[in-house]
Amino acid sequence: MAGFLPILIMIGLAVGFSAGNMFLSQFLGPRRPTPEKAAPYECGMPAVGDARERQSVKFYLVAMIFLLFDIEVAFLYPWAIASRDLGKTAFWQIVTFFGLLVTGYIYVWRKGAFDWSHRRGRN
Amino acid sequence: MADLEIPVLTTTVEKMVQWARRSAIWPVTFGLACCAIEMMAMSCGRYDIARFGAEVFRGSPRQSDLMIVAGRLSRKMAPVLRRIYDQMPEPKWVISMGACASCGGVFDNYAIVQGCDQIVPIDVFVPGCPPRPEALIYGIVQLQRKIDRSRMSA
Amino acid sequence: MDTSVADTLRAAVAGATIEPAASIDMPTAYVDREHLVETCRALRDHPALQFALLVDVIGVDLFPAEPRFEIVYHAACLGDAFRTAGSAAAAPARRFRLKVRLPGVESRLPTVTSIYPTANWLEREVFDLMGIVFEGHPDLRRILMADDWVGHPLRKDYPVQIRKDTASWEPIQLSAEEFAANVRAARERADREAGKK
Repeated sequence: MAGFLPILIMIGLAVGFSAGNMFLSQFLGPRRPTPEKAAPYECGMPAVGDARERQSVKFYLVAMIFLLFDIEVAFLYPWAIASRDLGKTAFWQIVTFFGLLVTGYIYVWRKGAFDWSHRRGRN
Repeated sequence: MADLEIPVLTTTVEKMVQWARRSAIWPVTFGLACCAIEMMAMSCGRYDIARFGAEVFRGSPRQSDLMIVAGRLSRKMAPVLRRIYDQMPEPKWVISMGACASCGGVFDNYAIVQGCDQIVPIDVFVPGCPPRPEALIYGIVQLQRKIDRSRMSA
Repeated sequence: MDTSVADTLRAAVAGATIEPAASIDMPTAYVDREHLVETCRALRDHPALQFALLVDVIGVDLFPAEPRFEIVYHAACLGDAFRTAGSAAAAPARRFRLKVRLPGVESRLPTVTSIYPTANWLEREVFDLMGIVFEGHPDLRRILMADDWVGHPLRKDYPVQIRKDTASWEPIQLSAEEFAANVRAARERADREAGKK
């Protein structure tokens, strides 16, 4: 339990610093909103249309796939630290785990989820 | 909380705020013409402006305090200049760099605005065609001295 | 003086008046206004010429001399790097200048956008700064000056200095329809100016 005290102090300092600065800027910062200032930034030109457009569903796919493989990597880290003690069985277990996910990756790749071109129709 | 301005400020607090404001002036990229080259030279290794606090040139006006109008301002560009200036949050300052931004320079014609102070309020004029990086650094130092003299509610 | 390009053009385009002109850097020739488009097509497609690249379109104002305007087309043959479609062998790499004389009053010219697509913006620039109207241009409106500018600044009778207040206001937000309407209005303004001449 003693090892966690420095971490708690650091968290306290970090949170305290950012919260304190936000609180301070409320008091010391000028507040002069104008409609020109609040307008959306489009490099100085008048913004055309609103931003509520349809976005490609590809972004969702990429986000989901990223999430899966990120968690896979998160599983890889503790294995990597303890792999010397775990030995050969654990090695083949992690290879199986990896292989299952790589199969999924190849499936997604061949299905065209990573293809952003407009050239052919996607299935 | 929005316009709560504490009427009685101690000198120490004001000095601290002025020190904080002048020590971290971040410019917004507004290089228009040849003066932009000297501005880039000023921000690079030899004449390093980061040691004076201008650490990064922000791409967005919302994250910057200073607009250095570096170069000729054409009539077509004037609304853009005004819009970028409007979108900077207070406190903000403007440096007019070079002869063209200050007074139209050598271009007294139909296309160039004769001085960008027709569009935005200017704090420091830096003459030159183009001003040397040291001259622009001197302009920024003068701006820092101006910030030191300013009241906090500015 | 190298008149090979001019001779090939004269043979290729029936009825065109091609006069070679003296120049120090590249072969130059004058063509009359009526045969400009056919001459440009021959310039691009003839197997011995193959000038596939239109480098620039320039307007020259010779006020008060008549004819007042000269429109200059710079074309380049890219040699082995590029062959126009349907040609067996590449033509030698070289440059050529084509000039058209225009009177000051009815300064209109057919567009060569159908032959060289780059002429789109190049002719817009000549229209904006000199006031030459290009008939058949898909999108003739100002490109360098502001959309609602009056006058053509690079003409010799346009004042250098004007004392005019600078307009620095623009609407904060435009809807997509307003934006399209602005572009259409710019085109109509250009057409109205073109119609006046």
